[in-house]
Amino acid sequence: MSATGLRHPGLNLGPAHGDAHEAAEEIVFGFWVFLMSDLVLFSAIFATFATMVDATAGGPDGHTLFDFKSAAIETGALLLSSFTFGMASVSMKHGRETRSVALWLGVTLLLAFVFLGLEINDFLSMLAKGGSPERSGFLSAVWLLVATHGTHVTFGCLWIVVMLIQVLKLGLTSDVKLRLLRLALFWHFLDIVWVGIFSFVYLRGLA
Amino acid sequence: MSWWFLIFGKLSYGAFPFTYSIIATMAAGMVVLGFIATVGLITVMGKWTYLWTEWFTSVDHKKIGIMYVIIAMVMLLRAVIEANMMRLQQSMSYDSPGYLPPDHFSQLFTTHGTIMVFFMGMPFLIGIINFAMPLQIGARDVSFPVMNSVSLGMTFGGAALMMASLCLGKFSTGGWSGYPPYTEATFQPGVGPDYWIWALTLSGISTTMTGINFAVTIYKKRCPGMTLFRMPLFTWTALCTSILMIFAMPPLTVVTTMLALDRYLGMHFFTNAAGGDMMNFVNLFWLFGHPEVYILILPAFGVYSEVVANFSGKKLYGYKSLVLATMCIAVLSFTVWLHHFFTMGQSGMVNAFYGVSTMLIGIPTGVKIFDWILTMFQGRVRLQTPMLYAIAFIVLFTIGGTSGIILANPGIDYQVHNSLFLVAHFHNVLIPGTLFGMLAAYHYWFPKAFGFRLDERWGRLAVACWTVGFMMAFFPLYALGLLGMPRREVEYFNPAYQPWTIIAELGALVIMAGIGCLFIQIVVSIRRRAQNSVPVGDPWNGRTLEWSVRAPAPEYNFAVIPTVDSVDAWHARKERGEAYRVEPQYFDILLPKNSALGPVIGVGGAAAAFGLVWHIWWLVIVAMLVIIGAVIARGFVTDSERVIPAEEVRRQEVAWLGTVRRTPPVPRDKETAESNEGLAEVQAA
Repeated sequence: MSATGLRHPGLNLGPAHGDAHEAAEEIVFGFWVFLMSDLVLFSAIFATFATMVDATAGGPDGHTLFDFKSAAIETGALLLSSFTFGMASVSMKHGRETRSVALWLGVTLLLAFVFLGLEINDFLSMLAKGGSPERSGFLSAVWLLVATHGTHVTFGCLWIVVMLIQVLKLGLTSDVKLRLLRLALFWHFLDIVWVGIFSFVYLRGLA
Repeated sequence: MSWWFLIFGKLSYGAFPFTYSIIATMAAGMVVLGFIATVGLITVMGKWTYLWTEWFTSVDHKKIGIMYVIIAMVMLLRAVIEANMMRLQQSMSYDSPGYLPPDHFSQLFTTHGTIMVFFMGMPFLIGIINFAMPLQIGARDVSFPVMNSVSLGMTFGGAALMMASLCLGKFSTGGWSGYPPYTEATFQPGVGPDYWIWALTLSGISTTMTGINFAVTIYKKRCPGMTLFRMPLFTWTALCTSILMIFAMPPLTVVTTMLALDRYLGMHFFTNAAGGDMMNFVNLFWLFGHPEVYILILPAFGVYSEVVANFSGKKLYGYKSLVLATMCIAVLSFTVWLHHFFTMGQSGMVNAFYGVSTMLIGIPTGVKIFDWILTMFQGRVRLQTPMLYAIAFIVLFTIGGTSGIILANPGIDYQVHNSLFLVAHFHNVLIPGTLFGMLAAYHYWFPKAFGFRLDERWGRLAVACWTVGFMMAFFPLYALGLLGMPRREVEYFNPAYQPWTIIAELGALVIMAGIGCLFIQIVVSIRRRAQNSVPVGDPWNGRTLEWSVRAPAPEYNFAVIPTVDSVDAWHARKERGEAYRVEPQYFDILLPKNSALGPVIGVGGAAAAFGLVWHIWWLVIVAMLVIIGAVIARGFVTDSERVIPAEEVRRQEVAWLGTVRRTPPVPRDKETAESNEGLAEVQAA
């Protein structure tokens, strides 16, 4: 276990800053493991959804309920927010100012709000069309899957807000950078999960 | 909506047990009295500040481990009492209603199972791993000490909820596995299944975090030189258990959430109508539930590996094969879950696949049994308490495992499923396996935690009671199962059953005596702690690193992080005559500061869960806000570490090494004598 073997490649915590790198390695690895566990959680819900796709019990199905345009814009907003978060990471690595990091985080937050706003709108229109979660097993699974992702995004937004405050108040300290790094992982992870939801729930439902 | 509902939710006068049952009232009375007595005693002794600063807010893995074990033992007592109540009922309920109404009997088997799995077994093994594993790998703490404290808080919250369920409202009658549709609101509109759901959710989230914590610790915090294949076997099993926790707990969280959505919001995941499918519950539950079995047993395998090697005075036979067997079991544990419901209508091919994969697990387990036996072979076996547990385990667990192989055959399973044969089987693996293992670990590492040995005589008596009691209580259940008696029967009409149920009841009483022995043992040991103290810290002539530090272990664990070059590093150091040396230089040690986050989230989690059970929505919202606020506030704490100066470390170490010089080494035949002060006599190799 040499010290170099422990280093995390994606980090910029100052040149030759061995201790911080070692601490980072442990923390970031821990977060990867958490994401793995969270992915198992999503897989279980995906699997339930897969078994309940046809359990509409005479109620509305995806064709009646889903709106392709809305889902496509949501996808675009979320993917774009992943890009803007990437920009925040880049400016954390290369920029000297906290302002640009904060700016990109702010843009990410706005895109997340666009996503969440449209998602809530989707939910409301589903309700209006009689697609409430207690209508059928299929709808229970759809709502749980989409809302679990939505809850993750909501908590991600809260986390972004907290990090905005920390970036502006505490500056880019090692702790703050490490948190941003983990938040970035979390954010990209949610993107990947959404791609799954978009493909299997929306595209499949509308096909 | 009335003001009453806004404030108290569904709570009402009828929730108090004295409105419906004298027995339930007595149980609630015991909980309330126990609570008042504990709180009163702490207040009278003026220990609240001490407990808060030294224990509740502590992030020291050793203290957290000890607190986990205390939770486990309190819950063990409750669940064993419940077991005795059920045995008593069945011993007298031939053609008679007995003394327990069916509803109460059903609550008892539900809480007994739920507690034994989630609030006795899990906290016990997590506590033991917490205590021993960082010491074994030469680390100062786990990777995420504050998260460790949060995990403890949430487990405590879940256990508190189980206790609250004795005092307010009735628990679920759906068994520990809580199968819908019976646990749906249609059939159980009360709060029972809700207690079950939220207690499990707290435990599930807590255990997921624990798994992440342990796995990262083992991967990242090993001392220099400790490659994976130099880790003590207990650490290996801790690693496998952690991996199982990381992968197996999320399905439990998902499945309890879905059941909650069905019950609270009228959704249709598992209902009979509107497209619900209860098979999804069964699959997801056992996708968690089967790995859970190995979460429970693997750490016990690890303990036995340490104990057998240590008390045979030999290195572990077949170390690598034991590691591989452990890994095999961990992987296979995800491929067998369907054997819990062979009879639920899959095709013969599916059942055959799962039957074969289940039988396969017998192979690595058999490897382990032979490795332990061969470790003892030609060793100088010392029959101390932990070793007695290990020997009882090897014999009894083999019997339990064999009955498991029998059950793995779907054809036979059709005959005996849902009968007492099954109950006999899983108790036969979980009691001699997990519970004996944890009791052995408790006995083995107690001196390291508190600085004195447990009384050996009462310890052996406890082993005798547990072993005999276990055989009397559960071997008759095999016979009863083969005679056709279903599990969970409150009353039966076949006279052939009764003699067996009476023997089983007597066995349960002997087990109760075993609990009594453990209680007397701790009292006697505390009284005689001066005579039995082992300040040097190596009372069993240990082989692994945890025995290289003083007892009780210092808060920083190792004055200087050790470097190792072999398995059984401490043993090697003793043989080379390099043990107990003053280090040329001591350094400042950084340790995490105490944090109130764990207790806050624990109490908040319990409050939120209680609010959810009784539909007290304001309480849920307040508790959730407190939890979220506490987590965010923690993010703004920049000063989270404290320093133990090098000079202080040197002072403590030199004082201890002075004790070592003054202490006479003890040969192994004097191991349990008062002269054993923790310095083992070693013949240099």
